[in-house]
Amino acid sequence: MSYLELDNVTKIYPNGTKAVNETSLSISEGELMVFVGPSGCGKSTLLRMIAGLEDITGGEIKLDNRVINKVDPSERDVAMVFQNYALYPHMNVYKNLAYGLKNKGESKEEIEKKVNEVAELLEIKEFLLRKPGQLSGGQRQRVAMGRAIVRNPKAFLFDEPLSNLDAKLRGQVRIEIKKLQKQMGVTSVFVTHDQVEAMTLGDRLAVINEGVIEQVGSPIEVYEKPATYFVAEFIGTPQMNFINGKIHANKFISDEFECSINKDVKDQEVIFGIRPENLKVSANGSIKIKVDLIEKLGADSIIYGYDKSNNYLCYRENGNTKIKVNEEISLEIEDENYHLFDQETKKRLN
Amino acid sequence: MSRIFRITVSHSILICGVLLMIVPLWLVFASSTHSNSFIYNEGMQWKIGGEFFDNYDRVLNRKGGFTKEITASGIFYNSFIMAFGIASLSVFVSMMAAYSLVYFKTRFSTLFFWLIFVTLLVPLELRILPSYQIVSDLNLLNSYAGLILPLSASAIATFFFRQYYRSIPEELLEAAKLDGANSWKFFIDFLVPLSKTMIAAMFIFMFVYGYNQYLWPLIMTTSEKYWTVVMGLKMIYGGNSVDRYTYVILSLIPPVIIIVFLQRLFIQGLFQSK
Repeated sequence: MSYLELDNVTKIYPNGTKAVNETSLSISEGELMVFVGPSGCGKSTLLRMIAGLEDITGGEIKLDNRVINKVDPSERDVAMVFQNYALYPHMNVYKNLAYGLKNKGESKEEIEKKVNEVAELLEIKEFLLRKPGQLSGGQRQRVAMGRAIVRNPKAFLFDEPLSNLDAKLRGQVRIEIKKLQKQMGVTSVFVTHDQVEAMTLGDRLAVINEGVIEQVGSPIEVYEKPATYFVAEFIGTPQMNFINGKIHANKFISDEFECSINKDVKDQEVIFGIRPENLKVSANGSIKIKVDLIEKLGADSIIYGYDKSNNYLCYRENGNTKIKVNEEISLEIEDENYHLFDQETKKRLN
Repeated sequence: MSRIFRITVSHSILICGVLLMIVPLWLVFASSTHSNSFIYNEGMQWKIGGEFFDNYDRVLNRKGGFTKEITASGIFYNSFIMAFGIASLSVFVSMMAAYSLVYFKTRFSTLFFWLIFVTLLVPLELRILPSYQIVSDLNLLNSYAGLILPLSASAIATFFFRQYYRSIPEELLEAAKLDGANSWKFFIDFLVPLSKTMIAAMFIFMFVYGYNQYLWPLIMTTSEKYWTVVMGLKMIYGGNSVDRYTYVILSLIPPVIIIVFLQRLFIQGLFQSK
């Protein structure tokens, strides 16, 4: 059942910029939806519209069967975790957590009970009397989470909450957020530009580009079957390789190589995409590259090189590779794992 | 070696500064404890004399002026009321003005701000006749309200509060909104506690400004009951008598009290943005 629903939501700023363009999306109860996209794609604007911090130019947002377009942010029953946490610097942690409850008019005992519960859950009990300035980044992050949880909202909104943490902590907190979210079963929207976060956290992803949702799907769906050229390019590191060419008689033909297509596609100009891990070295492989650069990451090695028609291609090999720079290698496509996109509409063809 | 040298130099500079402030004060204080004739003959004194109680008692309680209606303690009281009123009102008004300028994004808020700011170029001295006219029409001559109101909107304090509010991150307002704070609550629960130090600093500035007023009270008070400190110095204690020194020392007390109370916040307000 759809719980949080966006119906043709549009945001146009007074200066005419279209930040979000007729976006529709439905999120079911308890689901963690991740908005992912490059900076300036409108993902934060979308989130802020759900929170009520931006006016909605057109369309409708429904939460739990109630249209919330014109509802005051405090009455929407959503809680937000901000990028810089936005903790109240002059209040101690206890008051930070209690402030929203106090404004709701809850009794002192009730507030104390709830705050203590959350503090215990997040292991911030010993900091309750400290001010945010005396906490470390990770602790502040917890308090920000606590402030959202304590109100027991219908939806959590996360606006890139991990980007201020160092890499190691980010990984830990990511796991904690995922666990907490599942444990509490609260519908959540998580905005990030980091695709690792998106892939690991989300039940589903919405990949957003220039105010438009390009694809919605589970992380693996999005990775394995990108709906558009943009999604293919955006999701996955190292990036997918792209080769321009055309389809003729169900065969992909480029200057470099040919390959028969397993699906009926009409003759047209296409972009052929293949992920680095779907290539393998083979003596009679049809793609030949001259190695330009090798990155050894320990667990695997990433080999970059130019083919004859000067496409910069990337190939991933497990473990520590024996390939050397300037060597010529032949690659072939593994298990028909390739992606075809229309050159004009950029939509997926296979 | 160089560290000791540096400390010596910086401390000598600081000590010089302190002496520069303290020595004249001490000279006035020591002189204020001698008898009138002694000072008249011998000039200002470095040593404390034996007339402390007599002098201070006389100055505080003797009726002065032409109609003998006011004592120095009355004058200090008047000035304290005036300065306190100006300081509290102008801090309050400036905070509200800055709040509306920063957080209620009306179309011309920048224009309004500059209009307010431009009033700095029109000090009270320049608009003293129309101000007098207005206060007189409102029947506020010879009243505390008349002394206070024309000076209780400060462009400079509005400017400081505006700059400070602009440095407060937008997310704080947004988080507060989600937590159910309306505009008034945000002001009371957030801006007031966050700008505590700024309030203290502005209060002190405006207090001293109000305490030092001369021309405005001189023009608008015809009753000696409403005389203020600087007027008193001119009107009653202008002569070359020991009472003048006593009066000067006594007149220092109200601002010093304010500063002693607000000092810690004041210093933070000057040197920190948050």
